[in-house]
Amino acid sequence: MPVKIVVDGVHKSFASDVGPLQVVDGVSFTVDDGESVAIVGPSGCGKSTLMNIVAGFEQADRGSVRIDGAEHGRPNAKGILISQHGSVFPWLTVQQNLMFGLNGQAHGRQTLADHYAAMVGLQGFEGSYPHELSGGMLKRAELARALVVKPEILYMDEPFSALDALMNLRMRNELLRVLAEERHTVLLITHDVEEAIHLADRVLVLSQRPARIQAMFDVRLPHPRKLSGPAVQELREAILRELGVDEA
Amino acid sequence: MRRPALIIPSVAVIAVLVAAWWVLVRVTDNAIFPTPLQVVTGMWELVKDGSLWEHIGASLFRVGAGFLLAVLFAIPLGLWMGWVRGAYSTLNPLFQILRPISPIAWIPIAILWFGVGNASPIFLIFISSIFPMIVQTTAGVHTIERRYLRAAANFGVSRYTVFRRVVIPAVMPQIVVGMRIGLGVAWLVVVAAEMVALRSGLGYLIIDSRNAGNRYDLVIAGMIIIGLIGLSLDGAMRLMEKHRSVRWRYAS
Repeated sequence: MPVKIVVDGVHKSFASDVGPLQVVDGVSFTVDDGESVAIVGPSGCGKSTLMNIVAGFEQADRGSVRIDGAEHGRPNAKGILISQHGSVFPWLTVQQNLMFGLNGQAHGRQTLADHYAAMVGLQGFEGSYPHELSGGMLKRAELARALVVKPEILYMDEPFSALDALMNLRMRNELLRVLAEERHTVLLITHDVEEAIHLADRVLVLSQRPARIQAMFDVRLPHPRKLSGPAVQELREAILRELGVDEA
Repeated sequence: MRRPALIIPSVAVIAVLVAAWWVLVRVTDNAIFPTPLQVVTGMWELVKDGSLWEHIGASLFRVGAGFLLAVLFAIPLGLWMGWVRGAYSTLNPLFQILRPISPIAWIPIAILWFGVGNASPIFLIFISSIFPMIVQTTAGVHTIERRYLRAAANFGVSRYTVFRRVVIPAVMPQIVVGMRIGLGVAWLVVVAAEMVALRSGLGYLIIDSRNAGNRYDLVIAGMIIIGLIGLSLDGAMRLMEKHRSVRWRYAS
């Protein structure tokens, strides 16, 4: 498979009261076309900064990010970021949100928007405003708005961590179902090891700040993955050990 | 619809105040200060000879003209100042100096520039209501959450689309609040403006009633009408806050 994303020696530090604060310290990895890679790490380790750099919202101090071989500049619709807090526009209806990033004539855009609303289970809610939706439905709207522009890459920064455990699990299954229909390259950032194993082909473990890649795990398990099965549990324990959490 | 249980106490307070007023005037046997009944009779007089509608119409016209003029300037200016940093740093200090100057202080200058016709009060209303609306609109742009602007940038849409589909609707709730404040101030000022050298309006009615033979019943009638109209203007503006496209911003 061709390589989609190349992250090459990325460094990033921020100014702070006590001098420069090194946040990302030489991170390199690649993501193949159509692959799902999860990055797990302790909270505050610089995961989100790394994601912002890869998605183009921030610039690295040193090192580079290349998408399809080209130096990555500004954010664009080739890769859509879905973040923890969500960014569905509260002043637009679900349908208007989905049509936001689309070009072309109104009728075609509306048909496409409604198709994706239905795909994530939001049929009948096209005319609703976000404040009239539940947290889970809001996430579906966010996902649909990202998918409708047919991005090649989905950047997901703790996408479901604001949801309760049950809804989190439901949304993961939903995401896997949608991804099976449309092959995207996925870069997922999470602190939830189980979520990483559930969704990704590969899991990268980041160190404490400043973030470095500490370990890499292949998840060679077919979908649907049985989360309570021994293979997943074994992998989970190995990753947790790498993160410095020992389960007695 | 508000429940009767919520309305009753507020009506009761007003009733008690009116009763106390009535009793006090009777007890002190005051020759100048009118009883509530005299005020109502005075008001009825104004209704019958039609002058009340003239005064109300004149005041509303001045407020409407000055306020709409202010809206036309304040909203584009506020959006521009919010969106373009240079515009903000250039104009904000000037507006912060002009804003605390009471509109009453502008009266002499208004008379000098515009004479004693309708233009003076319209100018005074304009100058008093434009600043709160500029401030609210600018603050609205400044408080747009970054995640929305980032999402818009992510979809690679044009600057025009960002402005039309993100900035303006995001600021709309603040603009509505600004307009409510602006209209409130405008109504406050029209009365003051009309107290000076005009031949119509509720402010004129109050001053004229006092000057022409101590008609305090009409003074108080005018005050009550001003209060009631102010209440309805505010109620009308509140209806705008109920619109579905802005309701997300206010606590539900």
